[in-house]
Amino acid sequence: MSDKLLFDRIDEPGLDTIEVYMRRGGYESLKRALRMTPEEVLQNLLDSGLRGRGGAGFAMGKKVSFLPRGAMDKYLVCNADESEPGTFKDRELMQKSPHMLVEGMIIAAYAAGANRSFIYIRGEYELQAMKLEAAIHEAREAGFLGEDILGSGHSQTLVLHRGAGAYICGEETGLLDSLEGKRGNPRLKPPFPANQGLYQGPTLINNVETLATVPHIIKMGGTEYAKLGVDNSAGTKLISISGNVQRPGNYEIELGMKSRDIVYGLAGGPEPGREIKFWFPGGSSSPVLTPEDLELPYDFDSMAKAGSMLGSGAIIVVDDSNSVVDVALTLAKFYRHESCGKCTPCREGTNWTVKMLQRIHEGDATPMDLDIIASVQDQIMGNCLCVLGDAMAMPLSSMVAKFRGEFEQYIEEKRAAAGFGEMPEPSPIAIAGAA
Amino acid sequence: MSEQSPAVARYGHGSRIPGWDDSVDLGKDPAPVPDPATTPVPPQLREQIEAAMAKYPNFRSAAIPALHAAQDLHGWCSPEAIEQVACVMRLTPGYLTAVATFYDMFETEPVGRHRVYVCTNISCSLRGGPELLAAVQQAAGEDPDFNVRGFECLGACDIAPMASVNGEFVGPLELADAEQLVADLREGREVLPEKQLSRRACADPGAKAQAHE
Repeated sequence: MSDKLLFDRIDEPGLDTIEVYMRRGGYESLKRALRMTPEEVLQNLLDSGLRGRGGAGFAMGKKVSFLPRGAMDKYLVCNADESEPGTFKDRELMQKSPHMLVEGMIIAAYAAGANRSFIYIRGEYELQAMKLEAAIHEAREAGFLGEDILGSGHSQTLVLHRGAGAYICGEETGLLDSLEGKRGNPRLKPPFPANQGLYQGPTLINNVETLATVPHIIKMGGTEYAKLGVDNSAGTKLISISGNVQRPGNYEIELGMKSRDIVYGLAGGPEPGREIKFWFPGGSSSPVLTPEDLELPYDFDSMAKAGSMLGSGAIIVVDDSNSVVDVALTLAKFYRHESCGKCTPCREGTNWTVKMLQRIHEGDATPMDLDIIASVQDQIMGNCLCVLGDAMAMPLSSMVAKFRGEFEQYIEEKRAAAGFGEMPEPSPIAIAGAA
Repeated sequence: MSEQSPAVARYGHGSRIPGWDDSVDLGKDPAPVPDPATTPVPPQLREQIEAAMAKYPNFRSAAIPALHAAQDLHGWCSPEAIEQVACVMRLTPGYLTAVATFYDMFETEPVGRHRVYVCTNISCSLRGGPELLAAVQQAAGEDPDFNVRGFECLGACDIAPMASVNGEFVGPLELADAEQLVADLREGREVLPEKQLSRRACADPGAKAQAHE
């Protein structure tokens, strides 16, 4: 056995066709799952300890169990909007092994009792959408989708839905609104999608990687899968490494691998002569970590304990040739652009953060502005409808906290360059005016 | 009141839709659902939209696919394109304009037919994304056939800095590739074939391991 599950011989030519996929044992898990009862499949998912791979890391089995039982219109939605900066694992998976996702979705829908399923893929992934569309067609022809699949009584439709470019549609309720044909504004929670989601029906939403793991769980058995990885972080994980490393790309690891082995061992570390300044462990929304944190094992709990998160498993490495202020500004601009504008803390907070960082950039700020930036982040955190605001506030406040010295130095240098170097002597008139 | 305000830019048919940053003409009634009798819709577009509507429990879900189809046909979400989608879907043009303006891939102004999105987000900016954008913009110059824009993370940080050229991901690009990219598009060639993401193997060395069943 290869130690890879999702990436096992992923580059094999023709893996995106049903012939090759089935020759390699594809859809066997589906057949096995359909011989079980939905409860048994669910039990396997619970036993596996699989946590959501999209960012939040919520236990997948538990999410399925939240859906009400009984005959009603239930929906399964695959979140393939993958827009978190630094994340590109689902792209490779969908492009090279689309049937794995389709199979996982049928099994998950069977466990949840959902008869209508959707894949919401981001509009920019045109090649991947084509591959998936072809895979869905092949699966339907082969009788894996449609009425009474393989005589099990389970019926399911699967529709591929292309988005049109909006980060916020990766947020589950924003995605649902977008899938309903509206602007992708997030909804107030509760009610959670498990109770009231797509078209107001109970809805299960999972990330591509989570669903693509399901066939492997059925194949191995939930308890066997749980033996992979470490406590509370079971299984393998696709890691997207990017930024200042020599071999950026997607890697499949067992959770709990030492972070240094990922960044230096797999990705080759920074270019020769460069040092890592900081790194994002889970996409651009995760608080940054320092090179010392590379000693930590890469799993959900260790990252949380270090004050960050595993998120989508996207490691972005920033080396010492980059200024932390530039990175902060790039990030803040992104979140400002993607804020949907529905709630105030996020709409205003992202906008003001950009303005303040721009002032720093132009040499028109004082170190006091750093406190204001930090306080704006505090005002955003936990006060928004969805996590987009927090997604900016978390990395930003960690950058200001961990690299305050560099921010201050940058401010001083820019002030000097812009001719603000010396604080002007207050004139008597100004003092009189202030009094 | 509207007589005194300075003349505003209007599209050919007199409407100021779309353009979210235009001020609203409050003196005007909202556009109703277009009358099929007076709104000609190309049969092919109608077919595409109706097929999309049939796929969902609620026809409204087809708004984005329908706008994609209309944009493919018209080049951008022009007022005419919006009217046609609204006519087939029985929605108001205002509703569809609201949807179209929300998403980055829908163009609410006329653009060139060659779509070049250059990623300027974090991973690409660490590797020269903004400089690449400037180089491509310079190479394309004032050519009206080109729609070169900076874009948020396109999900291909492994080939940073990268660009999406008419939907094809290419990278890692060097500044010198900008000229080639533009020339390839101008002459209708395949764009930088050796740099296309679709031909790239997985980075994980373990994924390449062959057959052990």
